[in-house]
Amino acid sequence: MKPVLAVEDLTVTIGTRRGPAHAVAGVDWAVRPGETLALVGESGSGKSMSVLAATGLAPRTARVTGRVHLHDTELTGLTEERRRRLRGRHIGFVFQDPMTSLNPVLTVGRQVTEAAEEHLALTRRAARSRAVELLDLVGIPSAGQRVDAYPHQFSGGMRQRVVIAMALACEPDLLIADEPTTALDVTTQAQIVELVADLQQRLGTAVVWITHDLGVVAGIADTVAVMYGGRILEQGPVDAVFGAPSHPYTGALLAARPDPAAGGGDLVTIAGAPPSPLDLPAGCAFWPRCPVRGDARCEHELPPLVPVSAGHQVRTFYPKPSDGERR
Amino acid sequence: MSERQRADHQLNAAVPADGAHAAVPKQRDPGEVVAELDDLAVWFPTPAGVVRAVDGVSLRVRRGETLGLVGESGSGKSTAGLALLRLVDPTSGTVRVAGEDVTRWSRRRLRALRRRVAMVFQDPQASLDPRLTIGASIAEPLIVHRLTDGGAARRRRVDELLDMVGLRGELADRHPHELSGGQRQRVGIARALAGEPDLIVLDEPIASLDLSVQAQIMNLLRRLQRDLGLTYLFIAHDLAAVEHMSDRMAVMYLGRIVETGTPAQIWRDPAHPYTAALLSAVPVADPQAERDRRRIILSGDIPSPVDPPGGCRFRTRCPQARPECAETDPVLAEVDPDHRAACLFAGEAVRAMRSR
Repeated sequence: MKPVLAVEDLTVTIGTRRGPAHAVAGVDWAVRPGETLALVGESGSGKSMSVLAATGLAPRTARVTGRVHLHDTELTGLTEERRRRLRGRHIGFVFQDPMTSLNPVLTVGRQVTEAAEEHLALTRRAARSRAVELLDLVGIPSAGQRVDAYPHQFSGGMRQRVVIAMALACEPDLLIADEPTTALDVTTQAQIVELVADLQQRLGTAVVWITHDLGVVAGIADTVAVMYGGRILEQGPVDAVFGAPSHPYTGALLAARPDPAAGGGDLVTIAGAPPSPLDLPAGCAFWPRCPVRGDARCEHELPPLVPVSAGHQVRTFYPKPSDGERR
Repeated sequence: MSERQRADHQLNAAVPADGAHAAVPKQRDPGEVVAELDDLAVWFPTPAGVVRAVDGVSLRVRRGETLGLVGESGSGKSTAGLALLRLVDPTSGTVRVAGEDVTRWSRRRLRALRRRVAMVFQDPQASLDPRLTIGASIAEPLIVHRLTDGGAARRRRVDELLDMVGLRGELADRHPHELSGGQRQRVGIARALAGEPDLIVLDEPIASLDLSVQAQIMNLLRRLQRDLGLTYLFIAHDLAAVEHMSDRMAVMYLGRIVETGTPAQIWRDPAHPYTAALLSAVPVADPQAERDRRRIILSGDIPSPVDPPGGCRFRTRCPQARPECAETDPVLAEVDPDHRAACLFAGEAVRAMRSR
């Protein structure tokens, strides 16, 4: 199946007073209908910026290069107006803090269908009944009454449901969820994860889910891309990447979480901190912190993304052989 | 509080706080109690009504141990921690530190308390003064509590504290914005260590850090505890982290402790339906396990602490709620040695939820 959104050799450079920040230093990914792609990484890895830039939402000071295809349309060459229309019609967004997406002085019903009124040319009355339908779809109890309530009358979890309803109003082909559960409690997170998975199954929407939480990725993703220092270090089917992590960074990240099934010994740590986008290492971005620390090549030469098994690629000179190869 | 609830609370207070079973012979000396909350209530008046943030909590922290306090937002876990430093005023109940009742201590006397009980906050950016150098921030408690004699001794102690938390001495001249998040949290820990406190309250100390840095900070905290014999109250919403860090843990929901026990007891054999639901909601980084697991999805949201449900506070979201649950406010009762749950159907309800 052809991808809904495909990104090729995307770079994002942001001019700052301390010089250019290489927020995204060349990434490729694609998401197909009904599929969930998880972009995972620590802060500053470029996971959010790559998606914002791909959809034309990067800050004005950012210089974006590369190619982005939404279905068959190349987005980077379009005028802002044309891009805005395509985005509104095909892509729904859910961000970490629902209050940044909601207007506190409008009823949730008005907001849920505001975009749909424009993009689908709905009348006010049709919009209202569509809003009730959508609020009901995302599991808001007594949607018929709640449609006239204001955002402050909802809890955090319910607000995020409203934002999801808003994102779905135009029946998008692609849902972009940027840390949508990070601000929520774990029991509320479980509700939202289940809701998105259920909606995706029913509507066939493609999902790009940006998160730092490896547990959430394990539960929602079909494919996963692990980002670090503005690049993808490892990507592939979630079972392959989690089951046989091939990059030293992925392996260390998976081992750094406390595991209640294991003993209470010291945790595996990665020394130091992620690199600054103002000062990316010349070779492998992970080299200064790498437990393998191969050789001088790692320091000076950027390793290419190489395949380790079907659909599973890794950017290192020292890949750990996957289980498939060992067998 | 209604008459009935008050009666229940007195009953609750009469039950010895967790672990202190005089009748049960202990293998290990239970150790000196460093800090204690006894039937503590902290209520805040708000325009919407009185918020019962903490509403009848008893806990004891013993020397050299880590007590983990876990709960979601609105559970009252942070307020309980703040009460141990008297950073909030108790509405009723008692706060004891090193055997002394500090519940009504004056502002002046509290200064001495703040040396005995230190705190590490979630956001090291917000808890450090941006205009002070790292060295000056760490020296502050040394000056306030008159712990060092003269500038040279103070500088030596700052160096020693930086070394203890794994930071190079030259960082003393830097400002907080020049440090990474993990380094700033190390400074927060150094500040907490400065007064050689009896207890350190760690309030979500890893929540705002990157994953690779969280493990560093957890290892550091455990090493310091081993080397210096520190006592921790570790407050977090991250169940796996609390399990990893704690000797004993307590689960809070809507202003109350609903379950206490060892991490192994709570993780493997939760007795309260809320604990079981919380555990089942924690995602694990294993795609196969995620596909196979049966999640207990709770309906609705945590009720308002202005008007908590009568009877059991969890009954409005409990998949196993029964008519009796609206009648009786359950107290923490023993389900196994050192393992207690505040549920009329402790154990049984969880088995029913898990077998569905």
